[in-house]
Amino acid sequence: MKRVCGTFVFGVVALLTLLFTQFPVCAYEFTSNIAFQTRLFPHAPAYTSQERNDASLAGEIELYHEFVSGSSFTIKPFARIDSADEERTHWDIREANYLYLAESWELLLGVSKVFWGATEFVHLVDIINQTDLIESLDGEEKLGQPMVYFSILKEWGAIDAFLLPWFRERTYPGVEGRLRTGLVIDTDRAQYESSAEQAHLDVALRYSQTFGEADVGVYHFIGTDRDPTLLLDLQGGQALLIPYYEQIQQTGLDIQMVAGNWLWKGEALYRSGKGRDFAATTFGFEYTFYGIGESQMDLGLLSEYVFDDRAPEFASPYNNDIMAGLRLAVNDASSTELLAGVIKDIELSSQLYSVEGSRRLGENWKLVLEAAFFVDIDRRDPAYGIRDDDRLKVELLYYF
Amino acid sequence: MRFSIVILLSLSLFAVSPCFAETAEEKGLAIAVEADLRDQGFSDSSADMTMTLRNKHGQESTRKIRSKTLEVAGDGDKSLSIFDTPRDVKGTAFLTFSHKIGDDDQWLYLPALKRVKRISSRNKSGSFMGSEFSYEDIASQEIEKYNYKYLRDENMAGQDCFVSERYPVDIKNSGYTRQVVWMDKGEYRVWKIEFYDRKESHLKTLVFRGYQQYLGKYWRADSLEMVNHQNGKSTTLLFANYQFQTGLTESNFNKNSLKRAR
Repeated sequence: MKRVCGTFVFGVVALLTLLFTQFPVCAYEFTSNIAFQTRLFPHAPAYTSQERNDASLAGEIELYHEFVSGSSFTIKPFARIDSADEERTHWDIREANYLYLAESWELLLGVSKVFWGATEFVHLVDIINQTDLIESLDGEEKLGQPMVYFSILKEWGAIDAFLLPWFRERTYPGVEGRLRTGLVIDTDRAQYESSAEQAHLDVALRYSQTFGEADVGVYHFIGTDRDPTLLLDLQGGQALLIPYYEQIQQTGLDIQMVAGNWLWKGEALYRSGKGRDFAATTFGFEYTFYGIGESQMDLGLLSEYVFDDRAPEFASPYNNDIMAGLRLAVNDASSTELLAGVIKDIELSSQLYSVEGSRRLGENWKLVLEAAFFVDIDRRDPAYGIRDDDRLKVELLYYF
Repeated sequence: MRFSIVILLSLSLFAVSPCFAETAEEKGLAIAVEADLRDQGFSDSSADMTMTLRNKHGQESTRKIRSKTLEVAGDGDKSLSIFDTPRDVKGTAFLTFSHKIGDDDQWLYLPALKRVKRISSRNKSGSFMGSEFSYEDIASQEIEKYNYKYLRDENMAGQDCFVSERYPVDIKNSGYTRQVVWMDKGEYRVWKIEFYDRKESHLKTLVFRGYQQYLGKYWRADSLEMVNHQNGKSTTLLFANYQFQTGLTESNFNKNSLKRAR
């Protein structure tokens, strides 16, 4: 399977190299960053095989080339070396694509990333790319997805069509890593509902349009669920979890609307597959006070709610939760920002508190601090396995 | 009876109106209309901008931004601004559909997440990227966004200028009660603007330098310097590579072009 993926990447790179040498070149750009990161855990790990803290080094390089016509290609590899978890030492091709640009439509071939959604806390409807969960729990880090992507944008709206010929498996922490389930997830033995496994051709079609103050998108996806069911496996006398990827159909909706100082955001999905059909929704608002106390600072108040009806009950950590947060934008020369939030389960006692701050140092450096604390995690909550994983993340990034 | 009143009224209007002394408000508006008229028909433009932020200790920080503008008949301009530096925000882009009346439509693109966010354009008085320019200072200056009043003629650096005041229509969200504008009588170019905050105290002064004419018609300044008198900070905008009528269309100013903006 890895070989097939490798062949695909090789093919894309070969195609890009051909394009690079065959067409007149207008401009090319090289953008990179290196990140020094450490995650410090005040509590001892819950499982004996886990290392307590970790330090890691990550890098991302982007090469972008634009032709006279406006068409372009992009290659963006990523890699991380981690001191504690060998699964977290990993690499990925985030992007490797050729984009053909016409007046009202565009066609992208290769590996890319697409985001759908509107809300801040939980990303329900975002489905094209697999989550690189080992990078971050917030679901915002994604693996590169091979695709043929066609987009047309007219006065009546935009239609985006996707053919996704190769499936990417979700990444999970290994035995030594923090922020994992009690039973280790064995990603090498992933199972599929489809006999085509990773080679199953997934498809998606989305319509989006701006209606006055509102931006609305609706899509339908047919293919492999990005979100696996974890099956218990007792092979070799050791209990493990194995990801099982089902075939699903999913309809999704996302709305963002502005009304003065208010931003209203909402997402909803309906999924059908092997198990019982279910719906999920998340929605909320952000209200911003501009120039608080006659300063240049803006303060935003956020609140969102999420409801997920999937079976069994509590299968999603966000089954019935309420979120609230504060966003402070200092608007200074170093772009200092602070985001503090809490996620509270309505049915269970579980609470998650987090604070995230960032600031530029000089022209090329950026410091990011993140703290997260779990309080009263219920035994039935999927987050129970990481209840002792309160953490402080310190990241220093260098951009060049 | 009614008939005669109408006749009388129309006659009197006919007879008197050309002789009416133009009020200061009418003259202020007429100057703004003339300046706007002279800038019409540029169709589209693009430029590279270097923004230098300076604090009161003289420490500097720069950001490079490329901007594209599309003239829209009957409404405000559309614009796309793309950040090249600081490097951590490279590729971040703003798409704005400005409107003559009502709030502008604005979207922000965050390249790391590949996410397009609708943002509120109420933030008129907020700082644009930490600079001394607020969002309303850099927004498309539509006639309808202000009320006007001509004050006096004044000679500034050897040029005859109109000095007018303008008052934001959106009083609630603007950071200013009034702005005093110096515009030369020959070409209707703005040379200086003084900004007065909500407490009527002098907040900032913007000075325009190095005007150049493009396509034999359109004047653009090479340098804009905004000084904040209250916090001692200043911001300079230097423009380069001004290009006009490059063939940009609506399709260069939509959410797809925002996502692939570089």
